[in-house]
Amino acid sequence: MLLPACAIVAFFLLLPFVLSFPMSLTNRRLIPRPVRFVGFDNYIQVLTDPIFWRALFNVTYFTVLVVPVQCGFALAMALLINQKIPGRNFFRGALFLPAITSIAVVCVIWGTLFQYPTGPLNQIIGFLTFGLAGPIDWLGNPNSSMPAIVLLSAWQAYGFQMVVYLAGLQGIPGDLYEAARLDGASTWQRFRFVTWPGLRQTNIFVIIITTIQAFKLFTQVNILTQGGPRDSTVTVVQYMYSVGFVGQKLGLASAVAIILFFIVLVISLVQRAVLRDPK
Amino acid sequence: MAIVELKKAKKSYGAVDIIHDVDLRIEDGEFAVFVGPSGCGKSTLLRMIAGLESVTAGEISIDGEGVNHVDPSERGVAMVFQSYALYPHMTVKENMSFGLRIGKRPKAEIDERVAVASRILQLDQLQDRRPSQLSGGQRQRVAIGRAIVRNPKVFLFDEPLSNLDAELRVATRVEIAKLHESLGNTMIYVTHDQTEAMTLADKIVVLRKGRVEQFGPPLELYENPDNVFVAGFIGSPKMNFFNGTVEKSGIVRVAGAEFPAPFSAKTSQPGSLVTIGIRPEHFDRDATPDATIDVLVDFVEHLGGTSFIHGRLADGERIIVERRDVGDLKSGKSIKAGFKMKDVRAFDAAGLRIR
Repeated sequence: MLLPACAIVAFFLLLPFVLSFPMSLTNRRLIPRPVRFVGFDNYIQVLTDPIFWRALFNVTYFTVLVVPVQCGFALAMALLINQKIPGRNFFRGALFLPAITSIAVVCVIWGTLFQYPTGPLNQIIGFLTFGLAGPIDWLGNPNSSMPAIVLLSAWQAYGFQMVVYLAGLQGIPGDLYEAARLDGASTWQRFRFVTWPGLRQTNIFVIIITTIQAFKLFTQVNILTQGGPRDSTVTVVQYMYSVGFVGQKLGLASAVAIILFFIVLVISLVQRAVLRDPK
Repeated sequence: MAIVELKKAKKSYGAVDIIHDVDLRIEDGEFAVFVGPSGCGKSTLLRMIAGLESVTAGEISIDGEGVNHVDPSERGVAMVFQSYALYPHMTVKENMSFGLRIGKRPKAEIDERVAVASRILQLDQLQDRRPSQLSGGQRQRVAIGRAIVRNPKVFLFDEPLSNLDAELRVATRVEIAKLHESLGNTMIYVTHDQTEAMTLADKIVVLRKGRVEQFGPPLELYENPDNVFVAGFIGSPKMNFFNGTVEKSGIVRVAGAEFPAPFSAKTSQPGSLVTIGIRPEHFDRDATPDATIDVLVDFVEHLGGTSFIHGRLADGERIIVERRDVGDLKSGKSIKAGFKMKDVRAFDAAGLRIR
């Protein structure tokens, strides 16, 4: 019964994944050309390319920003919709909406919001600061371009983490909160000593998943900035894409993919080891 | 130590009344047990005293002070939950000291109080374990320890033994009774198990559908139930009830047989319907019974020390008779069950006791 599913997964997921290893050792191109074994030349070329290191730095910067922002926001929203408030189901649905909106659509919306100098976001900032804070060229300035990408990425994707946190919150027995109330714990202390430890496993899962997703940043950048300005939003996947599909060097792109795979693997293992329960 | 007093305490969720005007006074140092079938409101009443549920109307006072709007932690109560509600990521010691630590008590005092409670409950060896590394009985003791450390005026127990196996339940019941004896605090204990209620309580409060049916010392409730519900709820197996009719001249007719009425002739009109109650353990205790009743045996349960004879009266009503010696009594046989009139209780058509 599982055979069709297994076959599809094997053919479209496992096989390409496994094939990319030998491919990364060749000079294979997108168009049919004679293929030659080149050893680790592709890897050397990638690792000596300053753009690759820039991309790796950018994506790390993105991850460091987006993980706390996105997870924090998701947790805050999960705490909110876990309350017994009227219209709770409406809020649950509404807050999850961005997660089921296509990232391309989200990019168009936020591209409009970010418009310089007269976009809605700049107008709001100007209004709130009585014109003191000048309009920001969100996507055109190398300093603000990545934070802008972080903002829209977190907004688009937090719904999934929110649902996972909500499930985690509902797994915490209610009488622990009552025991804490009788012990004299304030709202903050109940969060600090009951909710937060109770979400330990949820946190590990959410942070690792979000980190992996963050390292694969591509669509937003490809639609909004194409890596600019001045390479400030170039990412590893975007680098891979431009090498493989623009530069048509599939072997080289495979090498990038393998390098990214090992980077993400190592980071996930380190995170898991660090976050795991000490006992 | 403190007196807990409820005056017309009421709890409603929207239009639904859960607790109806409960008046109750639990004396200083008393062990009160709230007992009743599930859904009777006993846990809700306890949680109202704890402050975990708001009071819709009426007043609750602890130690003479109205606590309706006092925070749970300020009421001087400590609660032991059915699930124990231990903080899973904290050690035994951290669990027990949590309230004191967030209350910023001096470390020496915290250590002292935890040490004292641990000694009482034999938790000294388990201080650094986490709840997941403890057995059910040990978790229960930690939960009680956490309550003792808080040095409360009133201990509240919400069905604390339900999650333990039968043997441990009996042992822990004895421990709790001893604890009450040595600490002397006021304790309020919720259970649906009438055996726990009978063995632990100074005062039993029988609840049904959010109302107090009767309260008093266990033996008082056993001997002098105010109504059919209390009579049936206290005692195991439950009291036998038979339909009876009052004949003239103070005689009651049950299943074709006639007995002297166990109430004064004034309280019931001839021809009115009554319910006659006799406990299974009150049959065949005396060599010279006041009266006997014919029982057709359905089957016999042998418990070793005693046996329960399940049977039917001549009119088909069910009856359980407890006997020490049944010999080789088989189903289908007929026996005569004798009883003393002083053990017979009578209730009117509304279920209220007639004396």
